[in-house]
Amino acid sequence: MQNIISRKTICLLFLMVTTFSFAKEEKHEGEGDIKTEIKEYISHHLLDSHDFSLFSYTTDSGEHKYIGFPLPVILWDNGLKVFSSSQFHHGESVAEVDGDYYTLYHNKVYKTDAEGTITLDDHHHPTNVKPIDFSVTKNVFTIFLVGLLMFFVFSRMAKKYKTNSLPKGIGRGLEPIILYIRDDIAVPNIGEKKYKKYMPYLLTVFFFIWIINLLGLTPLGVNVTNNIAVTLALALITYFLTTFTANKNYWGHIFWMPGVPWPMKIILAPIELLGTIIKPFSLMIRLYANITAGHIVLMSIIGLMFIFKNWIGSPLSFGLAFALSLLELLVAALQAYIFTMLSALYFGMAVEEHHDDH
Amino acid sequence: MEKLINEFSIGLFFWQLVLFIGLVLLLRKFAWKPILDAVEKREGGIKDALDAAEKAKLDMTNLQADNEKLLKEARAEREAMLKEARDIKNKMIEDAKGEAQEQANKMIEQAQAAIESEKKSAMAELKNHVAGLSLEIAEKVVRTELSNKDKQLELVESMLAEKTSK
Repeated sequence: MQNIISRKTICLLFLMVTTFSFAKEEKHEGEGDIKTEIKEYISHHLLDSHDFSLFSYTTDSGEHKYIGFPLPVILWDNGLKVFSSSQFHHGESVAEVDGDYYTLYHNKVYKTDAEGTITLDDHHHPTNVKPIDFSVTKNVFTIFLVGLLMFFVFSRMAKKYKTNSLPKGIGRGLEPIILYIRDDIAVPNIGEKKYKKYMPYLLTVFFFIWIINLLGLTPLGVNVTNNIAVTLALALITYFLTTFTANKNYWGHIFWMPGVPWPMKIILAPIELLGTIIKPFSLMIRLYANITAGHIVLMSIIGLMFIFKNWIGSPLSFGLAFALSLLELLVAALQAYIFTMLSALYFGMAVEEHHDDH
Repeated sequence: MEKLINEFSIGLFFWQLVLFIGLVLLLRKFAWKPILDAVEKREGGIKDALDAAEKAKLDMTNLQADNEKLLKEARAEREAMLKEARDIKNKMIEDAKGEAQEQANKMIEQAQAAIESEKKSAMAELKNHVAGLSLEIAEKVVRTELSNKDKQLELVESMLAEKTSK
């Protein structure tokens, strides 16, 4: 028993994944329970949460201990309600604010009574009132942190250029990436004349997605880009930028495709119009699906370790997880690149000048 | 799909939109614009420097061509001067030679003339001497041997004339 625990602990350290509760090791559970627990843990890990907990464990007396810090909960429910997420005690108790009671159910805030009753319908969905939740959740906090980090790093880098035309320090590594985005993504796709106004967005979105994807691979257990809300926000910005900067030529190609007979023009118009929405939609789904799939597979492989409780399971799981982590490192950068590249491509279409060759 | 919609968090969407747009605007002002401007300025500087270097190279080539031309001219000039000097030298030698020849010829002529006159005077002297000697001889001969002096003298005279005219 002791052996198993130490082996698991070492592997956990190696994989830098601190997401599994240590408490599970103490219990002698059936295999089915562990499988269910792992499944639940993975789906829990993929969700946002109202407090920033790095890991949790259970004491000998059966009490759950969480290492982390609470975040503010901001609700709109007949007026703004702000309180600390520590009042929820990780979903174990009901928070009372100005006479209203709120509780967490599957990481979502529901209005409830003093006892915290949740009524479920036939599909196991709560029927309680759901207040609009503007809370600074773990993901919001991470986004803010990444923004702060980026601002700090890049504004410092910009300052260095004032005294020296050559980059210094971290700028030496970042400048080639910035130049790559300019010379190999923006200029070829948008064109020499108009690329400049899109550069701030392209650079920010590339570094933002990249850094946040990489953070998702760290043991902090944050997954921002596997939230459809985040990728939707990014894709929407690309969509609006495309739509509002588009020239006459772009709209001409959508509503009245030049060079085809008029019945075709009528058929093509709705297809093209739909295409403008499908493009950012694919951006949203691609980023979301890639990161989510990566996390699910990686965590499942780590979970194998707890299902095969023998000498072959842990090294196998470790090897696979290690290989997959390397792949995920590549995916993190690749998805950032693809998002930036496709955004640039759409901007390029929007500002393309009229050609007579079709 | 239903799970996706169920999981969609309007709060997270709102925060992501606000924070990200804020980040883009902030970075545009404080990072991207200065960085891209500085990089562009540097690239411009590099391009200018390269152009200047190219121009300097061209100038250098031109200068080299000029030098080459000058050198060629100087060489031709030297060549010409050398040729002229050689010609002058040859001419001088030629002149000197001619003059010397002339002088020598003159001297030879003078010498020959002198020799001729000397020879003539010597011949005359010799004639006189021989005539005297012959007279003496003839006197001695006549004194001793010949009776008819006048006849004998006539004979000698005619014989001598015959001899000298030879």
